Amino acid sequence: MKKAILSIALMAAVAVTAVAEETIVIDGSTTVGPIAKAFAEYFMAENPDVNITVSESGSGNGAKSLVNAVCDVAAMSRPMKDNEFLAAAEKGIQPVAHVVALDGLPILVHPKNPVANLTIDQIRKIYTGEITNWKEVGGPDMEIVVITRDTNSGTYETFEKLIMSKQRISDKAEYVGSNGAIRQRVQSTPAAIGYAGLGFVDKTVKAITVNGVYPSAATVRTGEYAIARPLFMYTNGYPKLGSAVYQFVTLYLTEDGQEMVEEIGFIPVTSY
Amino acid sequence: MLENSSTIQKRSLVMSKSTSRWRQLWAALGQGFLFSVTSLSTLTVFFIFYFIAKDAFPFFKLEGFKEFFTSTHWYPSGHPAEFGAMSIFFGTGLVTLGAVVVAVPLGVAAAVCLSDVLPFNVRQIVKPVIEILAAIPSVAYGFFALVVFAPLLQNNGGAVLSIGAWLILAPILALLVVVLSDLIADRCPDAARKVVRWGCGLALGAAALTGMILLGNHLRGIEIISGANALNVSIILGIMALPTVVSVSEDALQACGRELREGSYALGATRAETIVKTVLPASVSGILAAVILGVMRAIGETMVVWMASGNAARIPEPWFNMLQPVRTLTATIAGDMGEADHVTGSARFHVLFAMAFCLLTFSFVMNLASEAIVRRSRKKLGK
Repeated sequence: MKKAILSIALMAAVAVTAVAEETIVIDGSTTVGPIAKAFAEYFMAENPDVNITVSESGSGNGAKSLVNAVCDVAAMSRPMKDNEFLAAAEKGIQPVAHVVALDGLPILVHPKNPVANLTIDQIRKIYTGEITNWKEVGGPDMEIVVITRDTNSGTYETFEKLIMSKQRISDKAEYVGSNGAIRQRVQSTPAAIGYAGLGFVDKTVKAITVNGVYPSAATVRTGEYAIARPLFMYTNGYPKLGSAVYQFVTLYLTEDGQEMVEEIGFIPVTSY
Repeated sequence: MLENSSTIQKRSLVMSKSTSRWRQLWAALGQGFLFSVTSLSTLTVFFIFYFIAKDAFPFFKLEGFKEFFTSTHWYPSGHPAEFGAMSIFFGTGLVTLGAVVVAVPLGVAAAVCLSDVLPFNVRQIVKPVIEILAAIPSVAYGFFALVVFAPLLQNNGGAVLSIGAWLILAPILALLVVVLSDLIADRCPDAARKVVRWGCGLALGAAALTGMILLGNHLRGIEIISGANALNVSIILGIMALPTVVSVSEDALQACGRELREGSYALGATRAETIVKTVLPASVSGILAAVILGVMRAIGETMVVWMASGNAARIPEPWFNMLQPVRTLTATIAGDMGEADHVTGSARFHVLFAMAFCLLTFSFVMNLASEAIVRRSRKKLGK
């Protein structure tokens, strides 16, 4: 009986792989991951003969996978770096960027924290360790618990580039491994400050205004909100027109694509 | 082995020569196969050493030894990058030490209880339950540490600390008071002995209680601002190392045998005296091996420390302050691997292998030490 089931399962597996004519492998950023997953689900429902796998291992790993030709699409929350382009060129890979959405990096504090606005300068000083107490920025007398993403993430690199202006993040800062973990730490720590993707803001944490501007779709798109970035998908060369990869990476231009991006909490580049 | 060949010889008397040759061939084949499988796993160890060392040495060639071991500046992504790993080594040491402080007293006490105190059928239930702790995936421990334990420490840190102090110190102090008053009473003349014993017991007990209350109040006043710290992961790692410590030291206690215990009873010792003065000294090397295995479990654990230690690469101030975040070697290797360029093979990539190499060397030495200790203890017990 067991053997029969097993052989049926095996046959089914063989049949499935035989039908799926194309597979798209996606690797990279945990920030872009939700978009890639939503797109993949939508795309596979529309095209049953295409099989898509999405892994989330960080922007750097995505770039690495693309360079080593083990993925078709690298999801990245930062642009490729010079040395990654160099490595790609050496291996005959030509990375082409597709900006699939925009993202703001809201500065998150505990909902009970009365501080409602910080300037970029204040945020930098908090992260360098110059400002160590909330009362220095108009809050209660609490030592600030500084939380940052790990150096492995595109989110960290964006934050470092836009806020830190080549200064070092204090060695007192706590490092956590994902956007969700940042939110978890901030919502449970009254003295915490952290940052995450716009899609990760909910009622359990408070996003504050930066230089007086609240992070929202409108302020990010106009460039008023200072801590914002494009989200990328990289392919090797521009994909062949009409191919599955082409259809996949241009999904963000469609109305359904825009809706999916909005639903996840990012800002679409189109406005239908 | 001996038995086997003798049976083969016996049978060859009744079997034809060719059959026995086939048998011998099959036996040789089987032995060869098993030998190659065994040597494969041994070879794996050598290969792991080789490949980690191969990627570790370029780092020392690029950056030298001094910065890595003596600086506390860990900025692998900075410009210029700095690779001072001293604070990371320190963090590993601190949480491991914390885990040992949690796991060893608890684990050894539990082992003594299991092997010498609890009735047999209770033990049959309790031991597997403790061993289940080892089967829980480390990410589940990490999740617990991050989502349950860290907020608990933040919100009720003082209360948790003082309850912890009571739990650990109260039994130790009670034991000390009893033993001390016994010792003092033994030196008195027979007539006064009982009075002195009670008087000493009460006086020492009162002193201990006052001390405990003072300490408890002091701890209650402490506020923990961040629950992702060395204390949190030390406790969790201690719990994770517990099944190893309990299991191995219980085996060691069992191994010293019924004869030893019966001999002790025959000399008129009570059960407590037998445990403290006979069984524990006889199995001390086995318990030491258990402690080393527990240390290795704690030092190599990655997920829990990555999730809940805070990962700040600095030495706490003062150095024994367990309430500040620390960063460990394992968490650094796991967390920094993604951005470290495999392709270009930079120092940022090789530094992680240098750390892995240090960890591996340390575990290897510890493993050898525990092997040697176990062997010595077996010899001592004449087995």
